[in-house]
Amino acid sequence: MNEKAMRSQRKWQTIIWVAIIIVFTYLASDITNFNIVHGIATLPNAITWIFSNLYVTPETFERLPKILEKLAETILMSIAATTTATVFSLFLGLMGSKTTGTSSILGVFARFVASVARNIPVVAWALILLLSFGQNSMTGYLALFVGSLGFLTRAFIETIDEASHSAVEALRATGSTYFQIVFKAVIPQCLPQLISWILFMIETNIRSATLVGILTGTGIGYSFDLYYKTLNYNAVALVTFTIVISVIIIELMSNRIRKVIL
Amino acid sequence: MALVQVKNLGKSYNPQTRVLKNVSFEVEAGEFVSIIGLSGAGKSTLLRCINRMVEIDEGNIIFDGLDVGSLNKRELRKMRTNIGMIFQHYNLVPRLSVIENVLHGRLGYKTTLQGVFNRFTEFEKEHAFFLLEKLGIADHAYKRCDQLSGGQQQRVGIARSLIQEPKVVLCDEPIASLDPNSSEVIMDYLKSITKELNIACIVNLHQVEIACSYSDRIIGLSKGNVVFDGPSFMLTADNTDEIYGTKTVETRKLVTV
Repeated sequence: MNEKAMRSQRKWQTIIWVAIIIVFTYLASDITNFNIVHGIATLPNAITWIFSNLYVTPETFERLPKILEKLAETILMSIAATTTATVFSLFLGLMGSKTTGTSSILGVFARFVASVARNIPVVAWALILLLSFGQNSMTGYLALFVGSLGFLTRAFIETIDEASHSAVEALRATGSTYFQIVFKAVIPQCLPQLISWILFMIETNIRSATLVGILTGTGIGYSFDLYYKTLNYNAVALVTFTIVISVIIIELMSNRIRKVIL
Repeated sequence: MALVQVKNLGKSYNPQTRVLKNVSFEVEAGEFVSIIGLSGAGKSTLLRCINRMVEIDEGNIIFDGLDVGSLNKRELRKMRTNIGMIFQHYNLVPRLSVIENVLHGRLGYKTTLQGVFNRFTEFEKEHAFFLLEKLGIADHAYKRCDQLSGGQQQRVGIARSLIQEPKVVLCDEPIASLDPNSSEVIMDYLKSITKELNIACIVNLHQVEIACSYSDRIIGLSKGNVVFDGPSFMLTADNTDEIYGTKTVETRKLVTV
């Protein structure tokens, strides 16, 4: 009896939720004039377009050295932005964490910097910085740097907080100084997670660097934009493939590194 | 003069509950003192007041002629080098090797930069190996600490506190997460520290029988008050009843029936 009542209750709950979702979807598409049926109907056309235009022809391979040069520039810029951001994030992370924080004012400051940097998207940062720094790789670098700073600080604060408090206590009891505790207890314990976050950030930055490059006219993003606007879709396809392949290679590499260090 | 003098010590984490009330006792060099009491009686807080890991609210603690409560940061660090500490969960850095963890005990004697860049002297390293040898874990010196058993990790903890060349070692439930055999090994080592090196040991314990058989003196703590302070052979069933708030006689009757 009880079980039956519960089952029918569950059934009604499911029906009500599905109904609510359908109503909301309908309302949302009505307000925005988006036609789902039309959207689905154009899908085959879109796929056909992609396959008939975005393919690599032998001639486009002539452009490969140039593309690779731009790709290398993008990857190096992402790494540079990540590594420099790491140094600053580490200090902000130490300030912001409860385990290692020395004063609450610095802690609030660190968290404030992190959330401002993180809650404004990288693309928005790129557009904002464009106004003062113009279209060059410095702007792209700074946009990625600020984005990474926000994300890494947040991640580092949480990693350091999670690291067990016990070794810190033990070192404090031996009469160690603050930086001895940080370098001998906190960092050795968090190192695998910290490196893992840094690798993740490099991957993310290579992806964002493409988008930022379109805006700032640098790196692989610029090549993409250039070929796209000159309707050279074969070259666009080649650029896309090189990006995808390099991101996959870097992901595989960082997975391998993670396995070794963890 | 006694090595550690605790005078009218009081401590409260919030205004409603006083963890320690008017605690006074003295510990001589080379003495083995056990502090027994229920969880929450204030044992850990009392121990951490001695090296000021928690701030002292009322009263004084005099360690080796120094008023612990009035020291500034630098003096406090210097004083802490003379006080070893052993923990229930060993509190080692699990990803570092045994020898690295032992050498952490020397950090208090180093400047920040010497410590960060591992500038330990040959003598310190030899001393570390000597201690590991004595504690029977020299074979594991280059292993990571998380590969060791609980008893072995606690021995690393003892080595870390001994390399400080302390005058007193504070042990916060050193055997609470160990099996009986390892517990015995650890307690034997602690006992020999007091005998051979004339280092005082203040040990928080749960097990009354172990406290009785190892310590020179027992301090019973109940709700932040010292309810027993005397040689371990003077501890009677009535005393333990008062400390633990139980009725031993009645439970004994139940067992025999």
